[in-house]
Amino acid sequence: MAERIIELRDIKKSYGQVYALGGVNLSVDRGEVVGLIGDNGAGKSTLIKILSGVVRPTSGDILVRDKPVTGWSAARSRDAGIETVFQDRALAVQQTIVRNIFMGRELTGFMGWLKVNKEIEEASRLMREIGFTSKVFTPHSIVGQLSGGERQGVAIARAIYKQAELIILDEPTTALSLTETAKVFHFVRQVRASGRSILFIGHNIHHVFDIADRFVVLDRGKVALTADRSAVKSAEELINFMEDVAHPGGLAGLHEAVEAEQRVR
Amino acid sequence: MEPDLESHLSAHGESARKEWKHPSDHWLRGFVLDNRASLGTLAVFVVMMAVFMVANPTVFTTWYLYSSVLTTLPVALFVVVPLVFVVTCGEIDLSFPATMGFASWVFALVVQAGYNPFLGIAAAVLTGILLGFLVGSLVVYGGLSSLIATLGMNFLLRGLIQIINEGKSMALTGLADSSAYKIFSSQVYGIPVQIFWAIAFVVLSAMLYNRHRFGAQVKVVGDNPDSAQQMGIDVKRVRVKVFVFVGIGAAIAGTFSVMINFTWWPTAGDGYLLPVLASVFVGGTPTWGGIGTVAGGAIGAVTVSFIQTGVVAAGLSGFYVQFFNGLIIILSLLGHKWNQARYR
Repeated sequence: MAERIIELRDIKKSYGQVYALGGVNLSVDRGEVVGLIGDNGAGKSTLIKILSGVVRPTSGDILVRDKPVTGWSAARSRDAGIETVFQDRALAVQQTIVRNIFMGRELTGFMGWLKVNKEIEEASRLMREIGFTSKVFTPHSIVGQLSGGERQGVAIARAIYKQAELIILDEPTTALSLTETAKVFHFVRQVRASGRSILFIGHNIHHVFDIADRFVVLDRGKVALTADRSAVKSAEELINFMEDVAHPGGLAGLHEAVEAEQRVR
Repeated sequence: MEPDLESHLSAHGESARKEWKHPSDHWLRGFVLDNRASLGTLAVFVVMMAVFMVANPTVFTTWYLYSSVLTTLPVALFVVVPLVFVVTCGEIDLSFPATMGFASWVFALVVQAGYNPFLGIAAAVLTGILLGFLVGSLVVYGGLSSLIATLGMNFLLRGLIQIINEGKSMALTGLADSSAYKIFSSQVYGIPVQIFWAIAFVVLSAMLYNRHRFGAQVKVVGDNPDSAQQMGIDVKRVRVKVFVFVGIGAAIAGTFSVMINFTWWPTAGDGYLLPVLASVFVGGTPTWGGIGTVAGGAIGAVTVSFIQTGVVAAGLSGFYVQFFNGLIIILSLLGHKWNQARYR
């Protein structure tokens, strides 16, 4: 069996009285693409923040390579080889690709002078590794000239620098056209081919279905389904399942759910 | 596991260079594309000078005209260049005239007390660093608007100088015999020596801007501070640093202006506020932060210092100076707007 990069056991997170996560189990193995799906408010964002160490869980265990860790933090998360590509992409769009990839960790030599050639060589290696090659763009290109998908590529290239083992992609295809989404998928496949793992978060099930080896459906703070790609016949099956989970018993169930929600409020 | 960079470099370095050629195949085209803002400023300067020369060819062939510009230009250059960093970082500093006055005051006090002028320069630079740190901390840690806070600091510091000196100037007659004067303010073959120091400062700063971690972080912070923060850059520290840099530049500028005149006035530095700001933007550094050009700023300073001299030398009355100042600024801004795209 492949090495287990990270495992979450019975993770709970509450904000005051409200439970964002009510006991989630999730694991990612080496070289695996896990698709995390869930409606708005299902707890996806909270789960990502816990994985990247920004938010601490209220209770539960985190295991890195089968060893439990204490004092989980953003620094610990990075040490464990986890890199998060946040939704807002976090790129400086007036700067070159090189400057974005080495943002905050410039390759410097004597007295802080930049090793310009080394940075370009490293940047081209990273871009080649994720299959981001183009006759039009070079590491000197300004990020603002790139399309949305290509910008995701820069963010992914930045994430895999320093031997990251698990890349968390937070809705990387939101607001992208089909061709741009295809580009992002191309980068993701290249990253998987290099032996790294990916946690791909999305609410467009079709997008996640195309790319993931395993699906985890999150619903109201709980894992509603974990399924291997082979076990699911089509995206429609997954959609139907999610609708069932969200509104058990069809429309009648929906009304009940709404009423229940109103009672809670 | 540590990434194995060395072995990779030897294997792929050459192929990487081949694969990633500059989008423009010819080196000259690449150079023009990479430096379009500063080249645009240079074009403005050349056209302006051509117009002046056509208006009055004889005056513009006399060396005296250039010599006088080269005496005052260095003072401006020492503040224009750090201001390019500040504007790139998404801030502005209007307190540098008072810092020039304050630091040169310290210099004048040390020299008047009979100490070596080199000690005076060191004291002035230290004062500049402290004032820059003070202004920067006020803006960054106090969370104030740099436009208003630095304007306030300019009044406050100038007010302090005025209160203590009661408008009296200081004559430093002994300065002319000092070795510091020979090194920093004399003439070599009729060329004012301070221009060489200013050029060295511009070149060093341009390297800091383009080839150093400091410049790289200043640009990123000005471009997208949230992203910079996320990637582990101490955004506040970088912001304070650019204000300290202005403090150092202003201190050097103030000291040079005193050494040119052998006199310190309580108003020292005041006249530089608007020309220096104009130079930064005429030079092609946009107001929105993230990008800028040190070389362009320097050429902008040259342009602005030649406007006044040029207008008068071309035979127009002094009443035209302000009009041409404004005209050049507006034309440059329009040119830069056309010349560079803003990416979002």
